[in-house]
Amino acid sequence: MTEFLQHLVNGLSVGAIYALIALGYTMVYGVLKLINFAHGDVYMVGAFAGYYLAQVLLGQYDPNATALTVFLQAMLVTTGGMAICGLLGYTIERFAYRPLRHRARLTSLITAIGVSFLLEFGFQLSPWFKHPIEFPPGPSFRVFPTIVPRSQFEWIDQTIGVSISNLDIYGLVMAVVLMLMLQYIVYRTKFGTAMRAVSFDWQTASLMGIPVNRVISWTFVLGSALAAAAGIIQAVSRPKIDPLFGLIPGLKAFVAAVLGGIGNVPGAMVGGLVLGLAEEYVAGYTDSSYRDAIAFSVLILVLLVRPSGLFGRVTAEKV
Amino acid sequence: MRAWPVVKSFLPFVIGFPVFWALEQVVPSAWNLVAVTVFVNIVLAVSLNVVNGFTGQFSLGHAGFMAVGAYTSAKITLALSDVQLGFLPVFWSDQLVFALALLAAMTTAAVAGLLVGMPSLRLRGDYLAIVTLGFGEIIRSIIENSKPLGQATGLSGLPHRTNLVWVGLCALATVVMARRLATSSQGRALFAIREDEVAAEAMGVDTTGYKVRAFVISAAYAGLAGALVSHAIMLCTPRMFTFVRSIEVVVLIVLGGLGSITGSVISAVVLTVGLEALREFQSFRMVSYALLLIVLMLTRPQGLFGTHELWDLKILKRLGRPAAAKEAK
Repeated sequence: MTEFLQHLVNGLSVGAIYALIALGYTMVYGVLKLINFAHGDVYMVGAFAGYYLAQVLLGQYDPNATALTVFLQAMLVTTGGMAICGLLGYTIERFAYRPLRHRARLTSLITAIGVSFLLEFGFQLSPWFKHPIEFPPGPSFRVFPTIVPRSQFEWIDQTIGVSISNLDIYGLVMAVVLMLMLQYIVYRTKFGTAMRAVSFDWQTASLMGIPVNRVISWTFVLGSALAAAAGIIQAVSRPKIDPLFGLIPGLKAFVAAVLGGIGNVPGAMVGGLVLGLAEEYVAGYTDSSYRDAIAFSVLILVLLVRPSGLFGRVTAEKV
Repeated sequence: MRAWPVVKSFLPFVIGFPVFWALEQVVPSAWNLVAVTVFVNIVLAVSLNVVNGFTGQFSLGHAGFMAVGAYTSAKITLALSDVQLGFLPVFWSDQLVFALALLAAMTTAAVAGLLVGMPSLRLRGDYLAIVTLGFGEIIRSIIENSKPLGQATGLSGLPHRTNLVWVGLCALATVVMARRLATSSQGRALFAIREDEVAAEAMGVDTTGYKVRAFVISAAYAGLAGALVSHAIMLCTPRMFTFVRSIEVVVLIVLGGLGSITGSVISAVVLTVGLEALREFQSFRMVSYALLLIVLMLTRPQGLFGTHELWDLKILKRLGRPAAAKEAK
């Protein structure tokens, strides 16, 4: 039972990260029908943005800081990282994807792979600037600075034997808050309505006076900001970051998006959590060295049994 | 006269063998590995072009199939390294074992291709990209966890079997295969799928079947390339077959033109030799690949050659086409 609960905690905290990244995939796929390969790398850039912001703005961690200062500092780093990645997402869309929108879909896919590689390997170059920050960070891993001190809930550990840290809780709460905000934006605001209209049929939407280009840009900004938040949440609790660490979570988040039904916003959240839990339970009760293979087995299973995902609608291809 | 088509189909190899043999004698040993890499890249690029170029699907798992082939052949040559077939001299016995290992590599890679292709090819092209990428990572994680395959350190001490004759003939075989495929009815079906899948299906083309077949063929040749590479550097590690390797091949075919065998061959030669010359700037290599992809897509998405072939030139048309195409006319 304890083991079961422990896996539940771990699975939820991993699943929340997948869900946040998956939202970006699913929204972009919804409006553009493009698998944004570079999305996992935006997540990586988010973590590095947080790393640099914390270094420049906060300096050394002060153990005597009050809870309020810690909270404000964490918010500053997170929103800053989200803003930087939002800008990055806008730039990628504007200069790499928009010029190709009317070409064959394969063209955009290849460009997306190019962008992904540019970020991964651009970040692996040896630093050009030394001051105030070392950028690019180079190929070896870096340690994310402490923004929020880790503390275990000892009484839970002693009573039920499940180890939970405050970082797990904060990360989960933050992910849920962001998802609720997104849910509100997508289903309750004018922009959200426009976004859903574009994803339904962009030509008709544009005839109805919806500024399609702007909606697509904002979709990228939103998705990238969520990925950045995921990157920072992940880096705060597991502080090793390197330029390639977005690759595998990015792929798994894609699996989560497909599992939930790609193009479906609540589906991506559920898909992320389900995938996180599935991975944790399977890896926990069997051989954990095959952890990375589980997600792809899930993907192949979904594609075989229910290609439209858990919540997706089956659509016939129109000619 | 009836024997002529059969003879003709072996003609490239009959001509190729002495050429590659001469090449093996002429090329200085410092450049030997580069020359081998050029030919291996030709095998990889042309075979990936069958899926990505001819069929219009998008596979990113070529390195995974390479790994399957490489490890299969490595296990075979390692197991049979002391065995000498009694009726043959040592040299020929070794070559026979290597040929066997290459065939086994192609077979296992083809089976892996079938297993991956069957579920994913039923769906639209861009899913395949992710599934194959994921498959490559699964293969790597299996190898890294498997004791008989040497885990992360891999297999070492393989016999040095790959020479320019072997790689040259294999590259030639790949090109001949791709060309004959392109001019056959199978090839027409693949092009139809690339141009418009729905229309092709409406015309009675068994789209999934053709896609899976193309994928299996491509995987088999990737396995061949993997086997050749591992016996050239006498080593077989999971690090040789990361997704970066797959992307390198994608860059080759995108540069040469998706669907052009000529383009694949030329860009394989130019890029491999060019990168060798620019070895000092190693760290910029992947960045420049990425920039090359993006700039190419923005300015000339069809690549250097588009879907054109060298043998489409009027002058060369006289040299004749594969027998199958002639009969079809």
